[in-house]
Amino acid sequence: MREIDVSLVTNAIRDLCIEANYGLSSDMEKALADASVNEESELGRSIFSMLEENLKIAKEDQIPICQDTGMAVVFLTVGQDVHFTGGSLKEAVNRGVAQGYEEGYLRKSVVGDPLIRENTKDNTPAVIHYEITEGDGVTITVAPKGFGSENMSRIFMLKPADGREGVLEKIVEAVKDAGPNACPPMVVGVGIGGTFEQCALLAKKALLREVGQKSSLPHIAELEEEAFKKINELGIGPAGLGGSTTALAVAIETYATHIAGLPVAVNICCHVNRHATKEL
Amino acid sequence: MNLKITTPLTKEIARSLKAGDIVSLTGVVYAARDAAHKRMIEALAEGKDLPFDITDAVIYYLGPSPAREGQVIGSAGPTTAGRMDKYTPALLAKGLRGMIGKGRRSDAVVESMKETGAVYFAAVGGAGALLSKHITKSEVLAYEDLGTEAIRRLYVEDFPVIVVIDSEGKDLYDRKRNTL
Ligand code: SF4
Repeated sequence: MREIDVSLVTNAIRDLCIEANYGLSSDMEKALADASVNEESELGRSIFSMLEENLKIAKEDQIPICQDTGMAVVFLTVGQDVHFTGGSLKEAVNRGVAQGYEEGYLRKSVVGDPLIRENTKDNTPAVIHYEITEGDGVTITVAPKGFGSENMSRIFMLKPADGREGVLEKIVEAVKDAGPNACPPMVVGVGIGGTFEQCALLAKKALLREVGQKSSLPHIAELEEEAFKKINELGIGPAGLGGSTTALAVAIETYATHIAGLPVAVNICCHVNRHATKEL
Repeated sequence: MNLKITTPLTKEIARSLKAGDIVSLTGVVYAARDAAHKRMIEALAEGKDLPFDITDAVIYYLGPSPAREGQVIGSAGPTTAGRMDKYTPALLAKGLRGMIGKGRRSDAVVESMKETGAVYFAAVGGAGALLSKHITKSEVLAYEDLGTEAIRRLYVEDFPVIVVIDSEGKDLYDRKRNTL
C-alpha cells in the first residue's frame, strides 16, 4: 500500500492546467510545422505561420495560446495499491483546477448549472475520469477542452449492417459539419464500440494519443488513414478558409460492443489540442 | 485585396468590402459574446438604450483571458459567431455594421446583413496570443458582473481579419450560398 497525500494531486493539477494552456506538446508542434510545409493554399500557409507565431508569443510573453482555456478534463489513473490521505480526492482535484486557473491567468469558462448559467468564477468543477489499474502509480492528465470544437462533436448509434463504410461516412460527416467553427486544422478523436457513454469517452481519450501515432490494430490504422485522407479532401483548410489541411490526425480507439450495436463518437478538437501529464 | 480600414465602419465602406478581402482594422471595436448579447436584446425589448452607440459599430465576439500586470488584455481570439445568430438581426437593424468572429452564420443573419449593408469578418481562431498584440486599449464598458463576458471597448491596431461574408451575402466558407 502506497500512501499519497492529496495535496500532491492539487499541486500537480495546478501545474498541468497552466502548462497545457501555454504550450502544445512537441508532437502537436511538429504536426503543425509539417502540415504548414505541405499546405497547398497560400492563404492556408499564411494562417499556419500565424499559428506558429502565436505559439511563440504564448510561450515568450506568457499569454495563453487561446483565450478559451477550456473546461478542465482530468484523467486520473490510479493504481489499486494507492491510498489517498489528507482529505477528499475530488476536492483536491478541483482545488488544483481553481489554483491553476487563477494563478495562471486562465479564463474562467464554467457555469455551475447548465440552465441557470452562473459562472463559478474559478473554472471548477472539472470533468474527472477515474480509472483504477494495477500497481501503486498515479498518472494525472489534464486536457483543457475548448468548446468551439467540443460543440461540433457527435455521437451516432449505427447499425451493425452499416459496418466500416457507415463509420467512415459518419466521421467525415462530423468533420464537414464542424467546418470553420471548430478552428481547423483539427485533431479528430473517434471512439467505436462499447456503449453510448463508453464510445464518447474513447473518442475523448483518442485525442490524447501522440499525434501521428497509428492504432496498433492494423484494420483500425487503415481506417484512420482512409478517414484522414477523405477529411483532407474536403478542402475546409486552415481556419476554414480553404486548403489541403483540414485535419492533422485521426485517432480511433475501439472497444467490444453488443451484437445489436455499432456506436461511433467523433470528438473534434481544434489545432489547440492541449494536454499535459504527470506521474506521481 | 489587402485593405486598411478604420472604424467606425460606414455603410459605404462596408458595401465596398468583398468576401475574400484581407483587412487590417484600426479603431474602436466592442467585445461582446453570448451573455452580453442576451442582455442587450433584453434591454432593447424593454425599450432601453444599448450600453454603446451601435451605429456603424463593429462587435468582436470575444471573451478574453485575464491580463497579467503590464498587459492590455490576455489572450484575445474570436469565439464561434453562430451562437450570436439568434440575437444578431435585431442589432443589425439598430445599425451594427461589422462583426468579427469565426465560423458560419445563419441564413437569417446573412439576409439581415444584405438588407442593412453589414460585413462579417473572421479572425483566426486559436491565435489569441498573437491577436492580443493588436489590441492597444481595453476597458470594461458594461455588464462587469459577467466577467469575461462583459462588454469591453477595445482599441485595435492593424487587427488582421478577412471578409468572410460581404454585404451582398457572398460567403467564403459556403460556396453553395454564393450561387443562390
Ligand atoms: S475551438 Fe480551440 S482554438 Fe478555437 S477558440 Fe475554441 S479552444 Fe480556441
